[in-house]
Amino acid sequence: MDFPRYRLFEHTADLGIEIFGADPGELLQNGVHALFDLMTDLEAVRPERTWRFSVDGTAWDDLLVNLLREVLYRASAEGVLFRDFTIEDLAEYRVTGTGRGEFFDPQRHRMEMEIKAVTYHGLDVVRTGTGWKGRVICDV
Amino acid sequence: MGGIGSDESPKQVANVACLPGIVSYSLAMPDMHWGYGFPIGGVAAFDLDEGVISPGGVGYDINCGCRLMTTRLHYDDVRDRIRDLVTALFRDIPTGVGSKGTMKLSLAEEKKVLLEGARWAVRQGYGTEEDLLSTEDGGMIGGADPERVSPRALERGREQLGTLGSGNHFLEIEVVEEIFDPPAAAAFGLEAGQVAVMIHSGSRGFGYQVCDDFLARMVKKIPSLDFYLPDRQLACAPFRSREGQEYFSAMACAANYAWTNRQMLMHGTRETFGRTLGLSPRELGMRLLYDVCHNIAKVEEFIVAGEKKKLCVHRKGATRAFPPGHGALPDRFQATGQPVLIPGDMGTGSYVLAGTEKAYRETFGSTCHGAGRVMSRTQAMKSSRGRPVSREMADRGVIVMAAGRGTLHEEIPEAYKNIDDVVDVVHRAGLSRKVARLRSVGCIKG
Repeated sequence: MDFPRYRLFEHTADLGIEIFGADPGELLQNGVHALFDLMTDLEAVRPERTWRFSVDGTAWDDLLVNLLREVLYRASAEGVLFRDFTIEDLAEYRVTGTGRGEFFDPQRHRMEMEIKAVTYHGLDVVRTGTGWKGRVICDV
Repeated sequence: MGGIGSDESPKQVANVACLPGIVSYSLAMPDMHWGYGFPIGGVAAFDLDEGVISPGGVGYDINCGCRLMTTRLHYDDVRDRIRDLVTALFRDIPTGVGSKGTMKLSLAEEKKVLLEGARWAVRQGYGTEEDLLSTEDGGMIGGADPERVSPRALERGREQLGTLGSGNHFLEIEVVEEIFDPPAAAAFGLEAGQVAVMIHSGSRGFGYQVCDDFLARMVKKIPSLDFYLPDRQLACAPFRSREGQEYFSAMACAANYAWTNRQMLMHGTRETFGRTLGLSPRELGMRLLYDVCHNIAKVEEFIVAGEKKKLCVHRKGATRAFPPGHGALPDRFQATGQPVLIPGDMGTGSYVLAGTEKAYRETFGSTCHGAGRVMSRTQAMKSSRGRPVSREMADRGVIVMAAGRGTLHEEIPEAYKNIDDVVDVVHRAGLSRKVARLRSVGCIKG
């Protein structure tokens, strides 16, 4: 892979994330990675348990936001930290996959940042010359 | 004021003006900056029959707001105890990402919180009836309906009452430094050298989930709208529609949750102060001056083209500033106008202002809500990397403790506009009057 999985862009009050992938599936996986990489130290998250779920949307950008909203809910409400997310089935516009990780343990995990929500503001997913690129702004 | 308009916020103000049923104009206060959907600092009022209600015009942290408590303590008497107080508050008040309160509500009890707001907390012994009189809307918005709230939101709300949260939320010990309007200050119970406490927090995960749920619902309906929406985050529904009314009912639940939360935070603060200083409640005299919300949509009455009209006013990062004589204010503020609480950055302090007739006539009774960011969080992290922020703050006379490793770096004073400049603008524009300035001496953050 000759591009980063994600990078941040400037937004005054909130957090802008640019996500990359060779295809829509990798873009979605990297979106989940970005969220948890920003929230905590992923090296400390053990792949102890799995959570399987499906999310749908009306377009790739809508699917990206809905997937990120889903994993953010699980993190905020249930204390789940996903180390990675593997896609089992992907169609236009529905994804089924399995997240691997564990529950937040204050003894071993550090929360670097609270991401309150994934917004629709400035949301974009486009095909580029080298792959796919998504932009989301999160409320922090 | 320099810097205004250097980001995307002017475009966002214009976007809001495109929404149907907007009355008069789309406004932004001098602390405006780039948000999502509405700008932060945005104010817009909509006709109830032809206008809309927008979750993005309220924000995720529904009824994020401030409350200020005065005490009978003079700074000279507790100067040497500030560190003890900050340490004790940091130990006793749950702060930081995902922090949990001391109680887990049953579902039935949580629904009572959503309906009754701060009244519930007072009934449970967390405060007094007098506190309710000094809270915007008495700490409860009518029209709340817990049945309009998703199971996810209910789940997130069960364990977070009495928690401060993270990011820019804080609990601060302040000293009254300067009085600008002695009669109003006297009516507000403020005097130079007095110790006060400011709390800035909101509806926690409960409010975020309510906003998230309704935005997703309304975004799905965008293709069926008969008007152009320049930004999906402005997704909205006609105020009188089923979606519009359901959002209002759920938002009211979140607003009531936030008031309960701040009421419980205040109760915890009273207890910690009393215990740490060995003072009885009477000796401490911690009294609520006022509680304001700055992320909300409310139905309020204004004069439009010479006629009284009920409107749905959205304030996203803006504070209500009702004038003297307004019926929504308790007797003690009838002559002064509503107390308006404006927090600055963590190293500076806060202002207490009073609402004016001009704000009522020209800005739907609204004024600014804080300093407003000028630097993104990542810029602030970068520019303060390696700096001992906590020690820098101590050198400025502010003892700070934070739960999150990055919080103090994200929240460095230079990441915000100068609060004195912002307040001078609203004061000179007549949108609120300066009453007092407070200086921070201790602060806990998430």
